Amino acid sequence: MSITPYRVPVVPKIKRDNYIKLYEKGFRTDERDFYTPRKICIKTNVLEKANGSSLVKLGNTTILAGIKIELGQPYPDTPNEGVLQVHAELSPLASSLFEPGPPDENSIELSRVIDRSLRDPKVIDFNSLIINPGNKAWVIWIDLYALDYDGNLFDASMLATMSALYTARMPELEELETGEIKIKNKVSNKPIKINKRIVSVTTAKIGKYIIVDPNLDEEIISDTRSVLVFDEEGNIVGAQKTGMGSYTMEEINNTIEISSKASQVYFKLLEEALENEKLER
Amino acid sequence: MVRPEKFIDDSGRRVDGRLPNELRPIKMQIGLLKNASGSALVEYGLTKVIVAVYGPRESQKFVSLPDRASLRVRYHMAPFSTEERKNPVPTRREIELSKVLRESLESIVMTNYFPRTTIDVFVEVLQSDGGTRTVAATAASLALADAGIPIKALFGGVAIGKVDGVLVVDINEVEDMYGDADMPIIAAPDLGLVTLYQLNGVLSKDEFQEAFDMAINAITRIVNMEKETLKSSYQVENKEGDIEK
Repeated sequence: MSITPYRVPVVPKIKRDNYIKLYEKGFRTDERDFYTPRKICIKTNVLEKANGSSLVKLGNTTILAGIKIELGQPYPDTPNEGVLQVHAELSPLASSLFEPGPPDENSIELSRVIDRSLRDPKVIDFNSLIINPGNKAWVIWIDLYALDYDGNLFDASMLATMSALYTARMPELEELETGEIKIKNKVSNKPIKINKRIVSVTTAKIGKYIIVDPNLDEEIISDTRSVLVFDEEGNIVGAQKTGMGSYTMEEINNTIEISSKASQVYFKLLEEALENEKLER
Repeated sequence: MVRPEKFIDDSGRRVDGRLPNELRPIKMQIGLLKNASGSALVEYGLTKVIVAVYGPRESQKFVSLPDRASLRVRYHMAPFSTEERKNPVPTRREIELSKVLRESLESIVMTNYFPRTTIDVFVEVLQSDGGTRTVAATAASLALADAGIPIKALFGGVAIGKVDGVLVVDINEVEDMYGDADMPIIAAPDLGLVTLYQLNGVLSKDEFQEAFDMAINAITRIVNMEKETLKSSYQVENKEGDIEK
């Protein structure tokens, strides 16, 4: 059951009015223009026991993604595909707004949006994760940990997911004399086969303004938000309206154009981050 | 369930004989539950969803909001609604859908009239054949109207899909499962407002925009049906036996 949030900080109307006054002059409180995301910092392979990991900072929002790859069974309806599991943990250490306990609706929504964007557009080559059709397959667990929350978990989580997937290494198998298949080494040199890169672009609607990558204050005063996920060809591979308000068709069309342009910025930053990582190895 | 060879045959018809822009047969009924403040049963083809609205009623203290009513939405699928029995424990999917449905209602229901109260919208999917959350939206619109809770406008939902490269309206389960995209949309066409969209699959930018146009057009037709249903439900006979509206 979903209930209207009752723990959201109260925003004085005057604060919202001030933000909008600033927007009228073309500024945001952190001196960005409307269409530029905050500074992005991506660090991969930050954990030794995970097959892949990435620490992403989007402004002050910090997400740690860890990938574990295990042996398991394919789903009965997709005997030729490996298994993907995405989970998000909005740990209480990340924000006074997060409560301990089982995943709440926000965490479930976040992980399901990431999951859908990876699954249906086949970002991962699921067929390459099959060991024995219908019987044995690799299970990829992506766990997203919010460490610091300053708005826009979706874009940060997507960057963390993609960079962790790119740097993750598959385990190595061995076949015993009995014919049994076992994991020999937890990590090999073999990467996960990836078909395409995707980025998520979150925009917030505040009054008549559409702004890219809202920070926490902007998220709280926003009327509603849109998450659009793009591939490199400019196709939309996932979308989710999140937040309580609504959009007119004109606002939706604006949001699509703005998000599509911003996706190029995110792609460039992801590209650069992955390049840097290669040099360091 | 097997993947059909072709989703659209040579005459341009879909697996169930519909044209790309054609809705399934829609049935609407309101006020069928006696305990609820308002209720509605809506069917799009084989998809059947029942919605009950309770309230506004006093909130539990810790969730009470000083300036408006809290909305509680529960989307739930009956164990017998699917091909194989569904465990009645709420799944992650049901938790997410409850959230997005609630958020879509927040901007339509005039909650500011009822501070410190709760309005409950309980959705039970009785039979699922694709598009359940959008049918739930249509049923919620009718149930809220039946409960006499002020809403800014009637609203409805429809899922747009893409099969064999063609955008189609109101997808059924086969088209959802094996199609290229599933995009549920909820809107209040009289206000020109979209209150929910989600996308599972791949669409080009142009297709994404076209999907909205198709959805608004379809939802306009659905909301007109809602109006007819409400009007005919509240007709009364006067002493002379004439029908008064």
